[in-house]
Amino acid sequence: MKWTIEVGRYDRTQAPKPGTTRPYPPPYENAPAKRYQTFEVELDDQAMVLDALIAIREYQDESLAVRCACRSAICGSCGMWVNGHARLACISKLRDVAQDGKVTVESPPSMPVIRDLVADMTPFWEKNRKVKPWLENKTPVPSGEEYRVPNDAMENLIQEVSCISCGLCLMDCESYGVNPNFIGPAALAKAYRYSADPRDDKTTQRLGEYSKPDGVWDCTHCYECVSVCPKGVAPLEQILKLRRMAVEAGFTDNAGTRHAEAFADSVRDSGRLNELTLMPKSFGLFNIRAQLASLPAAFNMMRAGKLPPIIHHKIPHLERIKTIFKRLGGIK
Amino acid sequence: MILDHDVVVLGAGLAGMRAALEAARGGANVAVLSKVHPVRSHSGAAQGGINAAIGAGDSWEIHAFDTIKGSDYLADQDAVEIMTSEAPQDIIELEHMGVIFYRDDEGRLGTRAFGGASKARTYFVGDITGQALLYTLYDQILKADVKVYEEWFATALYAPDGTCRGVVAIDMLSGELNLVRAKAVIVATGGMGRVYEPSTNALICTGDGIALAYRIGAPLMDMEMVQYHPTTLKGSGFLMTEAARGEGAFLLNKDGERFMQRYAPKMMELASRDVVSRAETVEIAEGRGIDGNVLLDLRHLGADLIMSKLPQIHEIALDFLGIDMITDPVPVRPGMHYIMGGVKTDVNGASPIPGLYSAGECACVSVHGGNRLGANSLLDTLVFGRRSGKAATEFVKTVTSPASGEDFLAGEQRRIAALMTRPYTGETHARLRLELGTLMDEKVGVYRDEAGLNEALAGVQALKRRYASVAVGDKSRIYNQALTFVLELGFMLDCAEATIYGAITRKESRGAQSRTDYPQRNDAEWLKHVVIRYGDGGPPKIDYQPVTITKWPPQERTY
Repeated sequence: MKWTIEVGRYDRTQAPKPGTTRPYPPPYENAPAKRYQTFEVELDDQAMVLDALIAIREYQDESLAVRCACRSAICGSCGMWVNGHARLACISKLRDVAQDGKVTVESPPSMPVIRDLVADMTPFWEKNRKVKPWLENKTPVPSGEEYRVPNDAMENLIQEVSCISCGLCLMDCESYGVNPNFIGPAALAKAYRYSADPRDDKTTQRLGEYSKPDGVWDCTHCYECVSVCPKGVAPLEQILKLRRMAVEAGFTDNAGTRHAEAFADSVRDSGRLNELTLMPKSFGLFNIRAQLASLPAAFNMMRAGKLPPIIHHKIPHLERIKTIFKRLGGIK
Repeated sequence: MILDHDVVVLGAGLAGMRAALEAARGGANVAVLSKVHPVRSHSGAAQGGINAAIGAGDSWEIHAFDTIKGSDYLADQDAVEIMTSEAPQDIIELEHMGVIFYRDDEGRLGTRAFGGASKARTYFVGDITGQALLYTLYDQILKADVKVYEEWFATALYAPDGTCRGVVAIDMLSGELNLVRAKAVIVATGGMGRVYEPSTNALICTGDGIALAYRIGAPLMDMEMVQYHPTTLKGSGFLMTEAARGEGAFLLNKDGERFMQRYAPKMMELASRDVVSRAETVEIAEGRGIDGNVLLDLRHLGADLIMSKLPQIHEIALDFLGIDMITDPVPVRPGMHYIMGGVKTDVNGASPIPGLYSAGECACVSVHGGNRLGANSLLDTLVFGRRSGKAATEFVKTVTSPASGEDFLAGEQRRIAALMTRPYTGETHARLRLELGTLMDEKVGVYRDEAGLNEALAGVQALKRRYASVAVGDKSRIYNQALTFVLELGFMLDCAEATIYGAITRKESRGAQSRTDYPQRNDAEWLKHVVIRYGDGGPPKIDYQPVTITKWPPQERTY
């Protein structure tokens, strides 16, 4: 079968200087020029996008730069945009992603680029390092034998351990898109992996760190990381577990926890979300700076007719909501 | 640019990172240099597990005997004793580093069965054991703050006066060649799967370190011993872990017969890999295969076991063949998987060249001899990675920092510049690589004979001549992969040649070397290692090394 592969290419004549590429927003400093180039390849209908890229690189244009190694979703090298979504090229079947036999691949716009399909993954690795992704051993370390822990506690972590650091979750993360300092899905999933390890001694300190701005509360639940992850890591689920651990450990003095509580309070008391009180309750009524900072956004919402009604109405049959809260235990 | 460290580790897989960690603990100024980010290393693809005799009723001596029997008595028994007796401490250390090993009901480390082993002594994390170990080691490297030169591609070892004192490498990001000087270099670059087509190995397994060491005079040993894994996926050749058979999967021929009963009545599907691969090859050759494959049948294991203990291979079979192993058997065949040979070292990873160490798949201690047991390779990387890191750290205390090297770096820069400007004559690295791989698989595979090996040698020599006119199809300095592919092909041709010379030299059948013209093992003449040294233009020099026997005299090998 004949396939058309459109490749977003970045030519570079000068090396990017480390530290000069910014993760967001585009255009990046020192970014190379982009152009699209179209290739035709002959491959069977079981072939993957990566097979096409390798065929191009081997027999049509040796200058096409693309990272790949294992070809079977283990090494995590070939994360890229396929038709505008982050995917691993090695397990994206051409016949599944092609539209009229055509596929577009490019380096994701959320990442700085080195060349062609080779993204600069520095932001990803820096975030990983930031969560201190290593075991801080509980003492005393058993002498000459293993820590005794139930298998369930280990199996609980295998979901994150399946992560291959392909970076797809960060590439398409909505929060990272607006805040380059957000620690991001993969790194927070890793943070959960060590926080929930019964052999780790620094769980409390970790939870305190991860509760700070740019941490667990900066996730907006868009589920993009869950849907793009090729290994079922479901980073958002790990983030939610981390939040629960952090709240239970008493790290509630932050906008994220107050936001969650204000959200729940409003639903419990009125059956619907009171968006007007959400902001002040999240950031604190007397946090004048945060209130002022939100004014331009509020003004824009007003102009777009999106401002919530000033008078907040309760829904009918509120007692049913209260029953749900009572049964679930609710917050407070 | 010229940089200095005490110890430079080439390669950031399990052996390399373990070596670096040990050197850092010993106080050495250590750096790791790798052509890919550490977690992209091929150690991550190891699925099944890691062996150690910890449990009741097992002992390191039984593990050692299984390993030696598996090696067809070619392994050096002193080295095997070290590996198997130190295995338990390394497993425990991994657990303390944070590896989430499978536990039994009492919360202790639990095991699974594996091929060629008389006890269930394989410790594991699902079927992603290599990945779990690789990431834990990487996390430890971060914790110890070890310097890593990521995406630096090594072109040559710096070896003044018969010692190894550093490495020249291309920084892929800038395209610049740099000399990283060191008092000791540890080569831990893994295997050379791409010399064969197909192979279970990643595209990055191109024998770089083996060829680099070979070119500065380091002897290679047991290079003829190339392991074919019995269960690689039809078509793509991806690995279907031996753990599948360890958990109870059957191998069937086209008549639905568990044919292993005719080849290994006791161990059946869990005989040594060389034995199972030969059995499959015979079944297929005699017309009892299906389309050049046999069937791996997991259906009776049930969905729960498959999804909890073998999820990755379930996913791979589904992705690449569209087969759900819960309901259908999977077509598999023997495929090139691992090399037992490599850079000859002692039990501390030291090669005969002062300052040059090696560990992991690229090294030959030799603990695997003619055939490696499943789940012994991860163990090899950790035990000998640790030992080489320690030995190198001791060694660097006895030598002074290397001076100069500017001329050597300039020479490498000129060599690469000349390569870059070579005119296009029609030869490409991709075509030559494919020809090489196909040739090696056909003539230097599961079964070999004199005529085929001579054809392979002539073929590789012809490819070497053509290689001299391969041009680099990318003129950019930044992230130039065409350049590194051309350099890799050069490494692979050297590795292939050494493999063929080893196979021609060994006139017997032992382990992975099955000569149809010499079908018997011949202990009287061939209980020895074949050692190969670089000929520098001429044919390699061939030498022999006696096998170290401690407690286990060679016996007939049946499973």
